[in-house]
Amino acid sequence: MSVPLLVEMVNITKKFPGVVANDQVNFNVREGEIHVLLGENGSGKSTLMSVLSGLYKPDEGDILVGGIKYNLRSPRDAIKAGIGMVHQHFKLIDSFSVAENVILGGDGTPMILNKKDIENNLAQLSERYGLRINLSAMVWQLSVGEKQRVEIIKMLYRGSQVLVLDEPTAVLTPQEAEELFDNLRRMAAAGRGIVVITHKLNEVMAIADRVTVLRRGKAVATLEKQAVNQRDLAWLMVGQDVVFQSRKKNPPDSAKVLELKKVNCLSDLGLAGLTDIDFSVYKGEIFGIAGVAGNGQRELAEVVAGLRAVNGGQLLINGTDVTGLSPRRIMDRGVALVPEDRLGTGLIPNLDAVDNLILKDYRRALLRRGPFVNRRVARSNAQQMVERFEVSLRSLDAPVKLMSGGNLQRLLLAREITSQPHLLIAVYPVRGLDIKATKAVHDLLLEQREQGMAILLISEDLEEIFKLSDRIGVLCGGRLTGILPAEAADIEEIGLLMMGTDRTGETAS
Amino acid sequence: MIIRGTRLTIEKRLVPSSSAYLLIPIFSIFMALLVGSIFLYFSGHEPVAVYYKMFKGAFGSRYGITETIVKAIPLTLVGLGVALAFRMQLWNIGGEGQLYMGAFAATWVALTFPEGSVWWVMPAMIALGMLAGGLWALLTAIPKAIWGVNEIITTLMLNYVAILWVDYLVYGPWKDPAGFNFPLTAVFSDAATLPGLFDSRVHAGLFFGIVAAIILYLVVYHTRWGYEIRVTGENPGAARYAGMNTTRNIMLVMLFSGALCGLAGMSEVSGIGHRLQHGLSPGYGYTAIIVAWLSRLNPFAVILVAILFGGLQVGGFIVQTSGIPSSMVYMLQGLLLFFVLGGELLTGYRLNRVPATGEATK
Repeated sequence: MSVPLLVEMVNITKKFPGVVANDQVNFNVREGEIHVLLGENGSGKSTLMSVLSGLYKPDEGDILVGGIKYNLRSPRDAIKAGIGMVHQHFKLIDSFSVAENVILGGDGTPMILNKKDIENNLAQLSERYGLRINLSAMVWQLSVGEKQRVEIIKMLYRGSQVLVLDEPTAVLTPQEAEELFDNLRRMAAAGRGIVVITHKLNEVMAIADRVTVLRRGKAVATLEKQAVNQRDLAWLMVGQDVVFQSRKKNPPDSAKVLELKKVNCLSDLGLAGLTDIDFSVYKGEIFGIAGVAGNGQRELAEVVAGLRAVNGGQLLINGTDVTGLSPRRIMDRGVALVPEDRLGTGLIPNLDAVDNLILKDYRRALLRRGPFVNRRVARSNAQQMVERFEVSLRSLDAPVKLMSGGNLQRLLLAREITSQPHLLIAVYPVRGLDIKATKAVHDLLLEQREQGMAILLISEDLEEIFKLSDRIGVLCGGRLTGILPAEAADIEEIGLLMMGTDRTGETAS
Repeated sequence: MIIRGTRLTIEKRLVPSSSAYLLIPIFSIFMALLVGSIFLYFSGHEPVAVYYKMFKGAFGSRYGITETIVKAIPLTLVGLGVALAFRMQLWNIGGEGQLYMGAFAATWVALTFPEGSVWWVMPAMIALGMLAGGLWALLTAIPKAIWGVNEIITTLMLNYVAILWVDYLVYGPWKDPAGFNFPLTAVFSDAATLPGLFDSRVHAGLFFGIVAAIILYLVVYHTRWGYEIRVTGENPGAARYAGMNTTRNIMLVMLFSGALCGLAGMSEVSGIGHRLQHGLSPGYGYTAIIVAWLSRLNPFAVILVAILFGGLQVGGFIVQTSGIPSSMVYMLQGLLLFFVLGGELLTGYRLNRVPATGEATK
């Protein structure tokens, strides 16, 4: 091999109780390359990179940096060795400026700060790689894409030769992602090694020089990009063929199940959360909401479910005004919600499956026996739901926190779908699920749609939105910047709408 | 630095081991006694002899056992009361004050109707005692439910108010004219006195504790309302999402929590003192918090732990005669809590021995 290796991981094994997260994995990064680490959720990508960046200590195996064996005991050691990681959740301090965040905790930071010098240094650094940023801006003023840029600059400033990015595009619009890729290519061209963790096949094709595929903790292949196509990669990643069947087109009914008229609401901070939202969802239709996370998606789901107060405008379910009704009343009118945060809102981690499955129904006559809950009926209902929705669990009496993400989502969907709602709100329904579980959830949603349920699908994954939706609405800054029928929409246009440019080309304020 | 050969790592258990549930509390109690013995040893006592004497004092004689039960009755009632609130993550530290208010209201009935028949005086004392304790707790629940005012602070503060209110009464308007100026009220009529049991100081309040534990168990684990309490305590977000009325539940839970503490106060004045007096409770309201916690909020475990702590107090009282300070008891209580909580952490983890691979290189 002519190109020198910056970092080499040899036979890395990392075990967690009950799982081998990394099993004898070999991985290396060449000078000047972009190396994509591909795998499903839970395949061990993040663990492997956490080992490299000093967060975890491997149970077995060695890490070589520039040919020398290193014992990385903390992220600090890793940074000293020239390895920097940009995590999915940014580690920035909102009330500090960009420059302050970058120098924070760095070894070269002097006792007394010369703001001008530092900013000059940083300006040079960011310019070299085209990382446009206002160094004196406060972090809370920045967009998600800009925050990510700050994290990258931080790592470059600390002299990282190897830069690891964990699912960097998850929070970006397609255009922002393209810009990030350009920046990464520039850094690679300057001789640094870039590792990008992802589970999206199209990203591999877009930026990789090489790709390593992880499956269940094992590195199944390391290949040059030229030698592969998306199909092969999917096969390597899942270990079997995945068939994405095309769905049946059923013209939606004309009955409006959900209608929002000029709905406004406040965000948690008391600012405008949603502004003048106007749309309807029809019977037997999936209405997809696209947008970068944090642009009003959660507020929208909560408003429709009655969990957030409407602050102007009207909310109608099946033609009746339900504005201002309690969550329970709205639930009784046939609205079900699969919340974004499964264990935090949708389920009770420490209670068993039976208790979790009666959460919406425990007041119903069927489950009543005087003031008591009829445990026998509750149990047999739970058993039926578990069988019908193929939830695999150890026992109905075990706390649900022991279940896997895919099974938790099935359990949640089982409960919400069994309540036979007119409208199902699904927020990020497949977040964190592997390909098979994702397909199962999607099939369930499509099946319900065929049976006439109206579904409001909120997702940050455009592929998912395109695959399932009949119509697509785009949220940006709490406004609906456009509604398009799925056939007529293309990803470029949706991307523009996600950034706040409406269909006429003007920028929405 | 790596110790050659093997190193120990701490691993999280996927499923808490079932044998640990029994072994760890026993081991924790042993550790608490062990550490306590170090203090005893350095203060010039023979630890084993002291523990033996404490045990014998508390459980080794008819007198000891009945006195232990006498202490266990209020600890059970208040323990059940605060356990109910803790279940919903309402940190009711005000058991002591609610106990005092229950005692106050029961005393009011007894002193106002000295000629009343037992058939209505006793039920009225129970009802008003519970109501007073409940309302005292509700006073903190309303601001908590509406504005989110921290109940730890308010329940704690109201303890002092309640204790001083009772002091005011027994030093002032309610002082027994025939009481040689001691801070206590006149003795209750027979109708206002809970019958004794086993020819000892044990009184019918014992049944209150047992019945309350059974009712609480049924309510928490088998009723719709109990289901709401468990869901809200484990995950308030899920409770809201399921359309539960958390505001109402906070108020109801605190009302019942306080009512049980009030019942403890009623049974103390009616069953033990037969009058209201200064220093009515030696901190039952606080000890019961430890009792509730150590019993993992399980109503039946509350009874057992209350007996253990009752015995600790009786035993501690016995050994005072051989020069051991009474604060020894509180120290042991603290150590027990410390080790049981520490042990609880361990049920979720296990120590693992891994052979060290490779040398540490720098």
